[in-house]
Amino acid sequence: MVEKVQPDYQFQHKHIFGIEQLSVEDIAHILATARSFREISNRPIKKVPTLRGKTIVNLFFEPSTRTRLSFEIAAKRMSADTFNISASTSSATKGETLVDTARNIQAMSPDVIILRHSSSGAPQLLARHIDASVINAGDGAHEHPSQGLLDMMTVMEHKGKIAGLKLAIIGDIAHSRVAVSDIIGFTRMGAQVYLAGPQTFMPKDIDRLGANVCGSVQEAVQDADVVMTLRIQLERQNDSLIPSLREYSRFYGVNRQLMELAKKDAIVMHPGPINRGVELNPDVADGRRSVILDQVSNGVAVRMALLYLVLGGSKGGEGQGDGR
Amino acid sequence: MSKVIVLKNGRIIDPLQKRDEIADLWVCDGLVVPVGSIDSAGADIYDLSGRWVVPGLIDMHVHLREPGEEYKETIETGTRAAAAGGFTAVACMPNTSPVNDNGALTRFILQTSAGCAARVYPVGAISQGSKGEKLAEFGEMKMAGAVALTDDGHPVVDSQLMRRAMEYAFSHDMLIMSHAEEIALSKGGCMNEGEISTRMGLGGIPVAAESIMVQREIALAELTGARVHIAHVSAEQSVALIRSAKARGINISAESAPHYFTLTEQAVLGYNTNAKMSPPLRGESDRQAVREALRDGTLDAIATDHAPHSILQKEVEFNFAANGIVGLETSLPLSLALVRENVLGAARLIELMSCGPARILGVPGGSLHVGAVADITVIDPERRFTFAVEESFSKGKNSPFDGWELQGKALMTIVAGRITHKDS
Repeated sequence: MVEKVQPDYQFQHKHIFGIEQLSVEDIAHILATARSFREISNRPIKKVPTLRGKTIVNLFFEPSTRTRLSFEIAAKRMSADTFNISASTSSATKGETLVDTARNIQAMSPDVIILRHSSSGAPQLLARHIDASVINAGDGAHEHPSQGLLDMMTVMEHKGKIAGLKLAIIGDIAHSRVAVSDIIGFTRMGAQVYLAGPQTFMPKDIDRLGANVCGSVQEAVQDADVVMTLRIQLERQNDSLIPSLREYSRFYGVNRQLMELAKKDAIVMHPGPINRGVELNPDVADGRRSVILDQVSNGVAVRMALLYLVLGGSKGGEGQGDGR
Repeated sequence: MSKVIVLKNGRIIDPLQKRDEIADLWVCDGLVVPVGSIDSAGADIYDLSGRWVVPGLIDMHVHLREPGEEYKETIETGTRAAAAGGFTAVACMPNTSPVNDNGALTRFILQTSAGCAARVYPVGAISQGSKGEKLAEFGEMKMAGAVALTDDGHPVVDSQLMRRAMEYAFSHDMLIMSHAEEIALSKGGCMNEGEISTRMGLGGIPVAAESIMVQREIALAELTGARVHIAHVSAEQSVALIRSAKARGINISAESAPHYFTLTEQAVLGYNTNAKMSPPLRGESDRQAVREALRDGTLDAIATDHAPHSILQKEVEFNFAANGIVGLETSLPLSLALVRENVLGAARLIELMSCGPARILGVPGGSLHVGAVADITVIDPERRFTFAVEESFSKGKNSPFDGWELQGKALMTIVAGRITHKDS
């Protein structure tokens, strides 16, 4: 079982740039930690003092509602002080470089910076210039590690395991940092990942990450334990990546009929926000197989775990998640 | 008083004379003279046992940034870096600010370079402002001293304009240098397309973005009969196209750069902006193909594409970082590695770094025969050193080779009998 972590294990990562850097033990430890934090969100008083006195900055250069809110709730439930800087209020529009922004924030001694940025690799650049921990909340088309982890947590919760499962990911893989994090994470934990979508949505050599590229969406969904669809950005039509949303929906949309091919107990996931009727039909999105809202709940727990661990939580002594 | 330099006991490698032997070389008043032909009293005498004495190295593809971006490099600092790297001459690209698309600017560059540590051969723009719309005045630039034409950095998109440029260059007997890039295919990309770009979430540039344009230039060279040179070849497909074009007798030449035969796209890992250039670093099979093409004559020159930038362009997000790396001070040792690894003989290396560029550009140099201009590079092929970019002469510190242990160094660089660099 993934939950059994070796006794001498220590979580060593100061920064979380991507799933790529995480070992099987790291992932198992993060998921176990997240699971132990989950019940905090169900208490009448949803707060533990674990990160009291810690300063956490949400630095978001791209619009985001749920990821930013999720990190903020996670930090506040651990009693950290959180501050939000979004692109509209930051200096980005005044021509300040990311490095200068980093140095200025550093001068105010934060403990963690959570960064969302449209450039792949921006978290690494930031980390080179500051002392605080950096958690990647999505960088370009690179990775979105907390999303990958919450997806794994959700699958674990519903299936009791990850190894040996068949996961189908359908949609715009090429522009999806979620897809990269999920492909790396799920294959690392022993699942088989199958991808489907038009070739315009398939990044070059994606199979070398361990995924299987399918010729049709039916092939990907056949006997799948988990079916995940990705959000289609409406502007992709204008880039000639797909001719129209109508045609995309017809050939690659996930609907009840398609789900008949999956295992009887298959679950449906989506990183949100959903384009209803495009990549996911309402009959599935709101149906019994959908675990989309569980993903959102688990997101808070995973982010609590990440904040706790990068701040040295696994080394002990700094307080447990039990609110003592 | 004649100025006499006597270079004793060096290994003289002069491919044009098919000469490779231990001998002395005498220089008087800026020319190579017969050994013992003059009074050597008061001459500067150097014992060069174990060293190579070769025709001055020529880098036919550098960016000197002056006028307009003097904070990145100047003609003075760039030529000093060139001399330190063993180069006696460089050809500078026209993408300055303003663009070198006229005789006056060409003259400015030449005047500014007078007395500098290396000869400077300006390359003029193909189109006015390198905007790809209207031809620049080739004749005026040639009269002012331009040796070739290119819109390097701003590929000529319009095939009709490129055809006209080649035809018009043919009439003025000028060389067209092509930065071969189909920008519709490279748009949005910032590294080679493949597994690594996918893993890193960076926009990919397929090899086809280069090879399609290489094929266009070959077809247009065949159509027009113009002399056409393909700059910075990075990919196996391009090499194959050039090889077959040469076999068919088409008047085409080509260069590659040390980074393309030394590094692969792996160098980008960690979002290293000093491994970002155009065309991008490719895969291992491409690297091997470039090495083979240097050996078999498909490629005619090693050129650095020396592209100094300041940290303002490089200490930023990878996709926002400028393309290009400095190369003048690392080109020779990286190229000498090809000799140590038995890819090239010493004479072939000198062809690629001196005779080839001189022939393609139609400039002096490339030989040490009696009466030749005394542009000479003295190389210690054994000398080991750690390249420290902070100590380099170039203003640009954007090198992926910082901290590398290198072997082989220019000990002395001589331009027309004047010593422009001497290693301490």
